[in-house]
Amino acid sequence: MRRAALATGAVVVLGLPWAVPRYFVFLASLIVVNSIVAIGLNLLSGYTNQLSFGHAGFLAIGAYTGALLTIHAPALPVPAALLVAGLVTAAVGLALGIPCLRLEGLYLAMATLAFGFVVVEAILNLDWITRGNDGLRVPAARLGPIALATDTARYYLTVAVAALLILAALNIARTRTGRALLAVRESEIAAQASGVHLAAYKTLAFVLSAFYTGVAGGLFALVVGFLSPDSFDVFLSVDFVAMIIVGGLGSVPGSVLGAAVITTLNDSLAGFQNYRPLIFGAILIASMLFMPGGIASALRKLSVAGAAGYPGTAPPAAKPRQGDDP
Amino acid sequence: MTPVLDVQDLTVYYGKRRALEGVSLTVGRGEIVTLLGANGAGKSTTLRAVSGLVRPERGRIVYEGRDITQAPADAIVAAGVGHVPEGREIFPEFTVLENLLVGGHTVRRSQVGERVDAAFELFPVLGRRQSQLAGTLSGGEQQMLAIGRALMPRPRLLLLDEPSLGLAPLLSREIFRVIQRINDSGVAVLLVEQNARRALALAARGYVLETGRLVVAGPSAALAADPRVRTAYLGLDRARGGAAG
Repeated sequence: MRRAALATGAVVVLGLPWAVPRYFVFLASLIVVNSIVAIGLNLLSGYTNQLSFGHAGFLAIGAYTGALLTIHAPALPVPAALLVAGLVTAAVGLALGIPCLRLEGLYLAMATLAFGFVVVEAILNLDWITRGNDGLRVPAARLGPIALATDTARYYLTVAVAALLILAALNIARTRTGRALLAVRESEIAAQASGVHLAAYKTLAFVLSAFYTGVAGGLFALVVGFLSPDSFDVFLSVDFVAMIIVGGLGSVPGSVLGAAVITTLNDSLAGFQNYRPLIFGAILIASMLFMPGGIASALRKLSVAGAAGYPGTAPPAAKPRQGDDP
Repeated sequence: MTPVLDVQDLTVYYGKRRALEGVSLTVGRGEIVTLLGANGAGKSTTLRAVSGLVRPERGRIVYEGRDITQAPADAIVAAGVGHVPEGREIFPEFTVLENLLVGGHTVRRSQVGERVDAAFELFPVLGRRQSQLAGTLSGGEQQMLAIGRALMPRPRLLLLDEPSLGLAPLLSREIFRVIQRINDSGVAVLLVEQNARRALALAARGYVLETGRLVVAGPSAALAADPRVRTAYLGLDRARGGAAG
């Protein structure tokens, strides 16, 4: 059942460029890129309860790093360029994460919001290298002898990178470090009482989150082909937050679903720019009211209702504490 | 012989509210000591201060001759203090095995396997359910998991916060037997319990906290005979036992 679903999904994802018009291939690439960002943001917000409204800033750093590498070091293979984009962004994440340890809730949201603005200003002011408001044209990257010049080629690149990053995120609980990170999400007190250094792991979440977003940024540059500071405004950061809330906090499949929903909506609402915030706001409020765990948990509940009474598929009650044995 | 735990003049504030005022207590090597008191008297706060989860305003906490008053929580765990927090705080979306593995966060990698085996030996039910999600365990099993998790680093002092809370009488008796067995293996225990009667039966000595201050201290037998303890805690205990059982 599960295997069949995965196989069907793989066929759909891999066969897509041959079945739909070019524009949808581009849109699908964008969804995949945004999925990576949403997973990255979820590592931070969903797992360690640190809300960020500055992920457009991280995306911009990754995008400009990737673009500048493609322009100035064309011999560098794409995977290496993406890796560097991720690492540079992760370093910035570390620098931002440490001071942010002292902040919580609203104050953290404001600090990350400010970070997003600072990045945009920095891009404008470093115009000798970023070309500021004129924007930066990104040439086709090369993978060995192949130039990734078509939407289809770029789509497969993003899918391959995303598959790796999704696999890593899904298997994070298999490693000691990953388990400690997730333990912080489950119970900060118990994690600390188990000897998990809270501050270190909250900072690590910032770094990992920035790495994912940086790699996504590198892909974004290649997929879109043109960068300008206004692509990374605060509304993009809000979109990322919307993705993980609609999709499901702390859920990897939820991140992908949320990215798909929000990206598609954004695209279909392109003609109604003025109403966009209104529609998005309504969607956010509605999903928080009626679907607090996002699409991921709503789907899980549906599938459990379908297989009612079947042991082992039921999700645990929120936090059973006082359950008595018969 | 120096005690395992020596707390002197501990004072803790939550913001402006004082939770503990000048509390001093000791736990001897291999001893079970209980901390009694009503809700909000500061019992959990005392345990949290010892394990580094809250920072005291004043006072000194010495564990095995080492001052740990300002030590970070992870260093205190690594030094040998285990803490089973109030409400168990298991990781509900983790499997039983993963819960234990997080408990072994400070344990050397090569030793984690044998520690897990030891936990399954102490709690066979956990072994049978090792790949089940912890949130689906019963209350008693969750408590065993919380204790097993805290034992992973082989602590020499175990802080237990209300281990029988919300458990049926039969299960809480089981938990108390387990505490006795852990103690028999040489682990000192500082036990916070609502069930004063049972706690005093298990412990060698006890302390009574009232609104953040110690009001009575002494051997368990003397406490059980103390009229103040009898009316306030053993009487209360009888009423609670009737309602819960």
